Parts: sequence; C-alpha cells; structure tokens
Amino acid sequence: MTAVLTNLFDGIAYGMLLFVLACGLAVTLGLMNFVNLAHGAFAMTGGYVCAVLVNQFGWPFFAALPLAFISSAVVGIVLERLLYRHLYTRSHLDQVLFSIGLVFMSVAAVDYITGSQRVFIKLPSMLEGQFDVLGVGVGRYRLLIVVICGLLTATLQLVLARTRFGSRLRAAVDDPRAASGLGINVPQVFAFTFAFGCGLAGLGGALSAEILGLDPYFPLKFMIYFLIVVTVGGSSSITGPFLASLLLGIGDVAGKYYVPKMGPFVIYTLMIVILIWRPNGLFGRTAMR
Amino acid sequence: MTAQADIGFHARRHARWHAGEIAFWLLALACAFAFPSRYLIMTEIVRLGLFALSIDLILGYAGIVSLGHAAFFGIGAYSAGLLALHGIINEPLLALIVAGLGAAVLGFATSFLVIRGVDLTRLMVTLGIALLLEALAERYSDITGGTDGLQGIEMQPILGLFAFDMFGRTGFFYSLAALFLLFLLARRVVHSPFGLSLRAIKNNPLRAAAIGIPVHKRLIAIYTLAAFYAGIAGALFTQTTALASLDVFAFERSADLLLVLIIGGTGYLYGGLIGAVVFRMLQELFSIITPQYWQFWIGLVLVVIVMVGRGRLHRWVLWAPNWLIARLGGRKAAVAVPETEGP
Amino acid sequence: MAAALETIGLEKHFGGLRVTRELSLKIARGARHALIGPNGAGKTTVINLLTGVLRPNGGRILLEGHEITNLPVHKRVLRGLSRTFQINQLYADLTPVETIGLAVSERLGRGGDWWRAMGSRDEVNAEIAETLSRFHLLDVMNEPTATLPYGKQRLLEIAVAIAARPRVLLLDEPAAGVPESERHDILAVVAALPRDVTVLLIEHDMDLVFSFADRISVLVNGALLTEGPPEQVAKDPQVKAVYLGEATNA
Ligand SMILES: Nc1ncnc2c1ncn2[C@@H]1O[C@H](COP(=O)(O)OP(=O)(O)OP(=O)(O)O)[C@@H](O)[C@H]1O
Ligand SMILES: [Mg+2]
Repeated sequence: MTAVLTNLFDGIAYGMLLFVLACGLAVTLGLMNFVNLAHGAFAMTGGYVCAVLVNQFGWPFFAALPLAFISSAVVGIVLERLLYRHLYTRSHLDQVLFSIGLVFMSVAAVDYITGSQRVFIKLPSMLEGQFDVLGVGVGRYRLLIVVICGLLTATLQLVLARTRFGSRLRAAVDDPRAASGLGINVPQVFAFTFAFGCGLAGLGGALSAEILGLDPYFPLKFMIYFLIVVTVGGSSSITGPFLASLLLGIGDVAGKYYVPKMGPFVIYTLMIVILIWRPNGLFGRTAMR
Repeated sequence: MTAQADIGFHARRHARWHAGEIAFWLLALACAFAFPSRYLIMTEIVRLGLFALSIDLILGYAGIVSLGHAAFFGIGAYSAGLLALHGIINEPLLALIVAGLGAAVLGFATSFLVIRGVDLTRLMVTLGIALLLEALAERYSDITGGTDGLQGIEMQPILGLFAFDMFGRTGFFYSLAALFLLFLLARRVVHSPFGLSLRAIKNNPLRAAAIGIPVHKRLIAIYTLAAFYAGIAGALFTQTTALASLDVFAFERSADLLLVLIIGGTGYLYGGLIGAVVFRMLQELFSIITPQYWQFWIGLVLVVIVMVGRGRLHRWVLWAPNWLIARLGGRKAAVAVPETEGP
Repeated sequence: MAAALETIGLEKHFGGLRVTRELSLKIARGARHALIGPNGAGKTTVINLLTGVLRPNGGRILLEGHEITNLPVHKRVLRGLSRTFQINQLYADLTPVETIGLAVSERLGRGGDWWRAMGSRDEVNAEIAETLSRFHLLDVMNEPTATLPYGKQRLLEIAVAIAARPRVLLLDEPAAGVPESERHDILAVVAALPRDVTVLLIEHDMDLVFSFADRISVLVNGALLTEGPPEQVAKDPQVKAVYLGEATNA
C-alpha cells in the first residue's frame, strides 16, 4: 500500500515537472499552432547551465535555478526574434523541418561541448533522502519539485486569467489582426510569451536533471512526452495540459514500476487512442487547424 | 488536331518521358560501371532514394506529413531478416515482396488512424506508431535480437542464380532494379487520374470531396502503397547488409528521410532520388569535417533550407538548368519548379 | 413526383448559435429557385448542410425523395448534387485541364484508375474540351489555377461544379467579387444552364434574382421568413422590412 502511495507521489512530482517543462509548448503549439519540436532543447539549455554553474563554479543550487530560467529565456527570445517569428505563418511541414534541424544542432553541439554522458547536478544535502509521512516515503527533492511546480502553476493560471497580459495574449492568439487593431503589439506579446515558455522549460530542465536524467539526447527523448502533454491536454486553458501532465507522470511511473517492459508501449497506445477518439485533446478544444 | 486530341495531348504532358528523365536513368546506370569500388555506398543511396520516393508519394502528392515513416522501413527490414534467418523464405526476391506486403498491411491498418485529423494529429500518430513498434521490438528482444539486432543472417542467391558478393555488386544491381521498377510503377500511378486526385486532395480537400472524390479511400490507398515501398526499402537494407537492429525504427531515420526529400524537392518523384545522392554526399563531407558530430551540420542544413524557403531554393538551383534549356532548346523551360509541377 | 431537393426541420448550431432553425424547404424539379437573405442569415450554412460539408443537429435532407442526411460529401455528388463555393475552392497548383479532367473522371467512375494516364480516354477528353470551351477557359487551360485572373477562376469554379453533370446545382453567389466587366460571362453561363437541371441560387443582386428565379425563399436568422413566386415576395412587407437599410445589397 505504501509503495502505491510512494509511486503516486513520485508520479505527481514527475507529472508536475513535465507540466513546467511543457507548458511553454502548450502556448506555442496549442495556442499559436506552431509545431515546435525543439522545445526540449530549451529545457536542456537550462539544465546544462545549472549543471555547469553548480558543479564547476560551485554556485548553490537555488541560486543557479533562476539562471537556468534566464538563460533559456534569453536563448528563446534571441531565436524567436531571429528565426521563429518568420515561420509562424508557414506550413506545418516547414515548422517541423526547422525545429528538427534545431534539435539535431543542439544535440550535436551539447555532445561536442560536454560529451554524451549523463550529467548530474550536485544537490544540497538538505534535499537528499526521504522522510516518512504516515509511513509513506516522500523524497525531499520530489517534495520540493511539487512545491515549486505547484506554485508556478498557480501563478501561471492567475497571470493568464486575471492580468492584462493574459487577456492580451488570448486576444493576440485568437485573432492577431483584430488584436493589433486594438493596439496590442502582437509580435511583442508572442516574443515575450515564447521567451517565458522557454524560460520555464529551462527551469524544468534544471529541476529534472535528477529525475529524468540530463544528457545531450534529452530533446529527442522527451519530445514525444511534451507533445503528448499538449495534444492530449488540449489548450483551452492550462488546466488541460496540467491534468494531462499529471496523468502522464503517474502513468509512466506506475508503468515503469508494475509493467517495466510494457511501460512505453502503454503510453504510446493510449496517446494514439486518445488522439483518435478526441482529436482536440481530452480536456477541451485546441486551436489545431 | 481536334480539340479532343489536343486535350489528351495536354493532359498527358507530364506523363510523357522527357529527355532529362532518360538521361537521369542512363547516368544512374553509368555510375554502376564507373565506380565499381563504391557499390556499398551506391546501394545505400539507392535504398535511401527508394525510401524517400515512398514518403514523396504521401507527402509530395497527398500532403500527409509523417514523422514515423521508419515504422514501415523497420517492418520491412525485420520481416526480411526473420524470413531469411529462420529459413522461411530463402529466395530473396520473394522474401522482398513478402516483406513489402507485410509493411503494406501495417500501412493499411494504421492508415485509418493517420488520414483522419489535422497535420498535428498526423504527426503525433505517425510518430507514436513508430515509437510503439520500437518499444515492441525492444520488448520482444528474443525475436528481434533487441539492441544487438538479428545476428547471423545469410542470404541465398537471388532466384538461385545471383549470389550476394562481398563487394556488394549483386546487392547494388538488385537494389537498382527494384528502385527502377518501383519508380516506373510510381510514375504510372501519379500521372493517372488516381494520382491527380491525390494532388487535388492535397491542394483542397474540400473541393476534392465536392467533385465526388472519395478522399479517405484515396488517402488509404496511397498510404498503403507508400508503406509497401518503405517496406521494400527496409527489406533491401537487411538483405544487402545482413543486418537489422532496433534503430531501423528510430526517429532520426524518419527525420533524415524528410530532409532527403526536402533537399530534392517534393511532388515530382525525382526529388527523393536526387535528395538521396546529395544527402549521402553531405553526410560524407560532414563526417570528414567532424566525424562524430555530422548531425549538427545536417540540422543546420534543415534550418537553412527552411529559412531560405524551399520553393526559392529550388528556383535558384534550377535556374541554371532552366536557363540552359531555354537557350539550347529555344523553347520554354521544361525543368519546372518542384512542388508546383513535374519536370 | 418527389421534389428535387427537400429539407425537413433542418437544424444547425454552432455552440450556442442557432444558425439554421427548423428549416423546411422544397425545391421542385427543374426549378430556378433563389435563396435570399441578409448577410449572416445562414444561406451558405444551408448549402453546407445540403452538400454534407456540415452535419445537421437535427432534421432530414432528401434528394429526389431519397434520404441523404448522413451520406458523405462525395457520395452526394455521385447522386447528382453539386455546388459552387462563395469563396473559390480550387486547386492552386492544378491547371484547368486537370481540374475539369478530375471532375469528369470521377463522374464517369474513372477517378480510381491508377494505371492509365490522365488524358488517355477519349470520352473524358471530349468532355473536358467541351466544358473548357463553354466556359472560355481554353486559352488558359495549361496555366496553374493560382495564376489565373480572378474572373477566370470564378468561371472555373462554376465549370467544375457543372462538369459533375449535376441534376441539382447549388450556386453560392456565383458572381461574387467579379468585376462588372466580367460579370456578363458568368451570368450568361448561369442563364444557359439546361432546363432539366434544378438550380438553387444564392445571390445578393436582386435584379439578377428576379430575372432568374421562378421561386424565392427568404431566410432571416436561419429561419424561413417567407417563400413564393417573385412577384409575391417582392410585395411582401416583411421582406421589405428586412431589406430596408440593406440598400447596398438589395
Ligand atoms: N463554422 C462556423 N462556426 C461558427 N459560426 C459559423 C460558422 N459558419 C458560419 N457561422 C456563423 O453562422 C452565421 C451564418 O453564416 P453563413 O455563412 O451561413 O451566412 P450567409 O447567409 O451565407 O452570409 P453571407 O451573405 O455573408 O454569405 C454567421 O453568423 C456566421 O458567423
Ligand atoms: Mg454566404
């Protein structure tokens, strides 16, 4: 019984991590309808920046996390301004080719710089180990992840639903032309959103090094996971991707634990079934065209 | 000419063989004799060309974007490998066809999942199917040999006459013959009303249905045919290299394939073949510069192609041949821009 | 004899929006029927429902007495129902020869031919030639559609619909967007349609509607306001009220 609960908790932590990693993609792919397969590369950037800062420059882990966010966001905004923005209106095939190209480049580049072995980020000792809650083993680090990601999710939800920026973003996505008619600077809104999504991915990348593993193939390995979160979750709100992340996280952890050999098989099958059954995602309407 | 004969003439415009096409195939054959020491790499190019031809059928003609075409390649590869390994079908040609049919069956079965929905759903579903097969192959490693792949495949002579030799000569001619025959078939198909209806569907599915084209049926048919082609390509891979391992299903294979086709241009059949040559040469070149990291450059090529614009790129590349033809022939250029019309 | 086309209590909702309301229409065989109504009345939606592009939320559709409510789009075409689109729906990369050739091939059941080249069947070629010349498209027959002037594209749009040899033809604002100088070609083509083809015409140009139609249905907010012969509809005070202030269209 406690194993079940521990697994459940691990699954939730994993799922929340996935959400933070993928929610930027929920906006670019789900709302802006841009097929960005390179989203994982931004996460990897954050992860590696954090790893270098902590392991080589001796920064404290918590100080390196914001830097992971910032570095990915900066890379994101630079690429958005230079490249991505020219492709918003292009065909999905072009977007796919372009982002695969970026993935290949990032994989090879990171491999070249750091080597292909898995990277570990040295965690502060207070985050190591487990403690018991009513007999259920709760990993300290995973608890931290749940707390951070939970806070982020709540903030995000508030920002999108309550602030002026949130309504501008929704207007810009719904009808870019009408939005710019209303005096909204659409390219700026897009660029900022894109960068913020990349930043979150970077933060997620740093947090996930311990759990998902960080190596140059990260963008390829987890590409499908991010896509699942967005397409299965839908994008009418961030609740959909959030729930999808949780399901995926719990399902993946449970799958690996109980049917170790069939784990990925189950997830891919489920994904295909859901996409066929509800092409617009389990939790609502996507802006898929 | 009567108006009716005139129409026939114009409608068959693309279906007629052009001098450039004949030259292309003569050149391919000439290569076989000009570079006897490079059979292995040329076989690879032929196989890749066939694989790219397969995705051109669905992407270039029917507009179906796939991120998991390696699924069919892999099925073909493993089928051929298992048939030979267990001595079920020893004659390679027959095994090749059976392997292709195996892939076609899978293609048919999954086509129902793929043809529905929008680009994004298609991307995800095709990718998902390939990943699924890879996971399955890994799970049943007692059958597939897991990461080590199938070991100890021995190929019998083709038709009992032509044994595979260590220089890859037989393998090359065998592959080239398969490519040529399948190319002829594809060429026939795309210039038929059926093939034209695929282009109509790609251009405007709404209008296609509104003139009575059964859109789903046509897409299922071409997807199945493309799967057959990809299966043959995979089977050729196993038969000529005596290898089949998990990476036949890999995402990178599907992604590289898109690049191959994009380099050559979609929707005129030769794109995949030309793309295969260029891609392989680029790969060689990049491996010379940075042996381990050639993928970086492949990625860069993709990014550059998209940023410059595929159509524009091909106009630039074809500018010279177009100019030449216009000068020499004193007529309107026949080498057209891929994507809008054939050569 | 059953009506050429009939709808019974047709309903269509987009979310909370009721775009077609209990619409019951009857179009007699050989009729020249016009469907008019202000912008956004739901006229195009009706055509989309009739042709199967949209599925109704309720009600039935009968073509020559046979239920077609759940038939897919292409099967309705084979049963003799064809349409034009308000906004051109053509194949940008295909030429008029290919576009018309496809429509003819499909109708003759040759669309699935995968072995014979397009253009190798005389009966198909003859019909392509006839259609292209009737629609003044012979001179541009080898140009990709996207490069044709708008007027020619509009002609092609109508030509494709007619190449399917429909028994019931639905025309959604055939002259929309065509410059005044080229309107004549289009109207002449519409006027010259064979009498045995039943036509449902959507049009904002009232002169055209009254010269063409022998029966008019007026649609407002998705519901049928009134129906009758032109003289009666012209006098109808309700119709006048609806079109008051719509002077630009009427
Ligand atoms: N796919 C759709 N989703 C949501 N609303 C739609 C959709 N299609 C049409 N509508 C709405 O249904 C109403 C009727 O539209 P429709 O195009 O049928 O009108 P119409 O009479 O053809 O107008 P017009 O004269 O401008 O062509 C409009 O309010 C339109 O906004
Ligand atoms: Mg309309």
